[in-house]
Amino acid sequence: MKLTQGKINELLSESACEHNHKKEGKGKNKSCTQVAQPGAAQGGCAFDGAMIALVPITDAAHLVHGPIACAGNSWGSRGSQSSGPMLYKMGFTTDLTENDVIFGGEKKLYKAILEVKERYNPAAVFVYSTCVTALIGDDLDAVCQKAAEKTGIPVVPVNSPGFIGSKNLGNRVGGESLLEYVVGTQEPEYTTPYDINLIGEYNIAGELWNVLPLFKKLGIRVLAQITGDGRYEDIASSHRAKLNVMICSKALINMARKMEERYGIPYIEESFYGIADMNRCLRNIAARLGDADLQRRVEHLIAEETEKLNIALAPYRARLKGKRVVLYTGGVKSWSIISAAKDLGMEVCATSTKKSTEEDKARIKELLGQDGIMLEKGNAQELLRVIAQTKADMLIAGGRNQYTALKAKIPFLDINQERHHPYAGYIGMVEMARELEEALYSPVWAQVRKPAPWDETAIDSE
Amino acid sequence: MAIITTPKKSVAVNPLKQSQPLGAALAFLGLKGIMPLFHGSQGCTAFAKVMLVRHFREAIPLSTTAMTEVSTILGGEENVEQAILTLVEKSKPEIIGLCTTGLTETRGDDMNGILQSIHKRHPELYDLPIVFVSTPDFKGALQDGFAATVESILKELPRPGETRPDQITLLVSSAFAPGDVQEIKEMVAAFGLTAIAVPDLSLSLDGHLDESYNTVTSGGTTLAQLREIGSSVYTVALGESMRPAAEALQAQFEIPYEVFPSLSNLDAIDDFLEGLSDLSGLPVPDKYRRQRTQLQDAMLDTHFFFGRKQVSLALEPDLLWSTVQFLQSMGAEIQAAVTTTKSPLLERLPVANVTIGDLEDLEYLASGSDLLIGNSNVAAIARRLQTPLYRLGFPIFDRLGNGQRCTVGYRGMMQLLFDLGNLFLEQEETAAKH
Repeated sequence: MKLTQGKINELLSESACEHNHKKEGKGKNKSCTQVAQPGAAQGGCAFDGAMIALVPITDAAHLVHGPIACAGNSWGSRGSQSSGPMLYKMGFTTDLTENDVIFGGEKKLYKAILEVKERYNPAAVFVYSTCVTALIGDDLDAVCQKAAEKTGIPVVPVNSPGFIGSKNLGNRVGGESLLEYVVGTQEPEYTTPYDINLIGEYNIAGELWNVLPLFKKLGIRVLAQITGDGRYEDIASSHRAKLNVMICSKALINMARKMEERYGIPYIEESFYGIADMNRCLRNIAARLGDADLQRRVEHLIAEETEKLNIALAPYRARLKGKRVVLYTGGVKSWSIISAAKDLGMEVCATSTKKSTEEDKARIKELLGQDGIMLEKGNAQELLRVIAQTKADMLIAGGRNQYTALKAKIPFLDINQERHHPYAGYIGMVEMARELEEALYSPVWAQVRKPAPWDETAIDSE
Repeated sequence: MAIITTPKKSVAVNPLKQSQPLGAALAFLGLKGIMPLFHGSQGCTAFAKVMLVRHFREAIPLSTTAMTEVSTILGGEENVEQAILTLVEKSKPEIIGLCTTGLTETRGDDMNGILQSIHKRHPELYDLPIVFVSTPDFKGALQDGFAATVESILKELPRPGETRPDQITLLVSSAFAPGDVQEIKEMVAAFGLTAIAVPDLSLSLDGHLDESYNTVTSGGTTLAQLREIGSSVYTVALGESMRPAAEALQAQFEIPYEVFPSLSNLDAIDDFLEGLSDLSGLPVPDKYRRQRTQLQDAMLDTHFFFGRKQVSLALEPDLLWSTVQFLQSMGAEIQAAVTTTKSPLLERLPVANVTIGDLEDLEYLASGSDLLIGNSNVAAIARRLQTPLYRLGFPIFDRLGNGQRCTVGYRGMMQLLFDLGNLFLEQEETAAKH
């Protein structure tokens, strides 16, 4: 796939993405097309996004064609877990030198792919271009094609120079490579009427393992995990699924839409967070697979799980009831987590809507109620101001804001991709409740807020 | 005496090194009130920031000029200008630390020209020091970017002044953690000397609570201190990579210097304290005489466990040097040494071979070792080789307390002896049970 400006624009204006639905002729939320602001931008680049989307394919080698910064400053840091192969955790890079920059890096890249195949025998090699290799004009697609012919394994080019845009765009660039080079290139051994793909779930902290047993119990087969704990072969034959289930993310929506176009696979958007959302997810899958018996099994499972959960959550609900939280996270997760917090009897007094679509926002408004604050923009100071204003008990946010909260001596729960605890599914709710309770009731808060006894001014100002 | 090997391969597997701009950011973060600014795409900053946050468990100020495809083609001047103006408005930094990346070095932005014309258009920026350093990603490693940054700071900010006989400048390389800097400053202060440490990570990344929220570093070497470095009577450079910066001060202000490549073995610490005693004319305080006897006692207790042990290391040159010296001074032997970048220290290393390479090289060379020493990425190799790992270097994301850790001076070395000794001891106990 050559990455032309036309292609980038197509990905930016992905028609299935709510961000691009316009109201009264005016774009209401331009987050997909937002250009990073010098001096203010905080997020990752398109290269980062492409890697987030594809690195969870565990039996592939992920080779970064660029200088050391791109791989050296990031490899091994992603929280996606594997039930088998560990190859995806290794960092491969051409580590370009000044000479390569001057004379071109194509030869080195070709040899690098051959060496990776020779020494590590991967199911496939994903090759990522970066700013520098795009700038010096290395022909990624040609090198990959030649190397694929030579090695006999799939070599997939991912045209992901960081400067083309945000992490979100990078996710889609990754999805586009899967569509162009991987999906539909193999056939599954067998198919069933209950085959689904999971799209956009990266198995952070092993979250999938909270949910997969439920599918198994219901007789739903997950044909391909795109891409959490994914296998190359599964994704290559994912075009035979009956339904695509997009999880908690608009990130790979281009995949869902194009698989519908090309292979007639319908898709639904669901979330694994919170009891209500998990229930809805299972019900929707059963309804779309159109099997009355499956629907009965789902209702039975929901009743069973809810009963178990009510017992397991009871002690936490008692301790969490009425606690006020400020939520700061992107997109779909904002409503998804609000619903989970409500399940626990907590009050969400403010949430971010920075990356949320109009549809997300409407849902958030409904869930938040009258007094809830919707944060369009937010930096650390703004966040602290809202926490103080709403007298919130804690902050739930991504790892980036962890120290914003801790330095202000405010309890914190990490909800993004760096976290160590799986919150998805029914068991995940118990885990989340336990973590929330632990954060709120830790004995350290009183101690870290205590002024020194000899500090006169501190006592006066109390 | 070491033979330096650079494996001939086209692919780096499990890289050991990080990029120069990351080193630049780390050095800049030791100055008070600074906002480091990467001239590159936003990912360059995001990656560096995540690594620093994970290692230090601190909020890290770091910003980007957010280059796009279009601005890369047209040139980055507008982005640099807009970034600086935005930072001044939102974060009110006392200094801005500007460095390049692979992207903008490949394009070849004329940074000095850009800064000049920005200054011409914005006279209000006249009082805001902007320290610039060139740090292409496709050359060198973290240690080089760190050293180049210290050199740039010292070439731009100090002013000449009357020599103060009790003031010395400490140049501290990337081999030293915030806890190390704190210990070294205490040693210097014990001789009645005033030390200006550059950079001073012990006041910014040591892990402490401030009264209010800061968008720039809340501590570190102050601008006023940096200006006064021209008045120092002596420069003490800690780590060989600080030599060019010390030489720059000598050239500019005729300040003599000495390089101490390590403060983690008995001879080196003795020399350092004796040097401070000579400078100040004061005897070594009782506190350190006592600590020295404690250290020697610890050496006796621990030497059983170090003798003839085969250790494999993957560290940046300065840290590799001091760790090798430490291990050999205890009777341990070096099985493999892997490092990131060139340094005059490498060929002087008292080992047979040193490899400028990656962790794939380490894994190959370290098989059969008694101990591995390296960053958190070595953990996977340690599991595969079933060899204990002592975490040292950068990044360390699976251990707490990196801001406070101290391995220098008599006390720091003693802690290092106990930590490594306990690893060896545990290994022997486990072996004995089977």
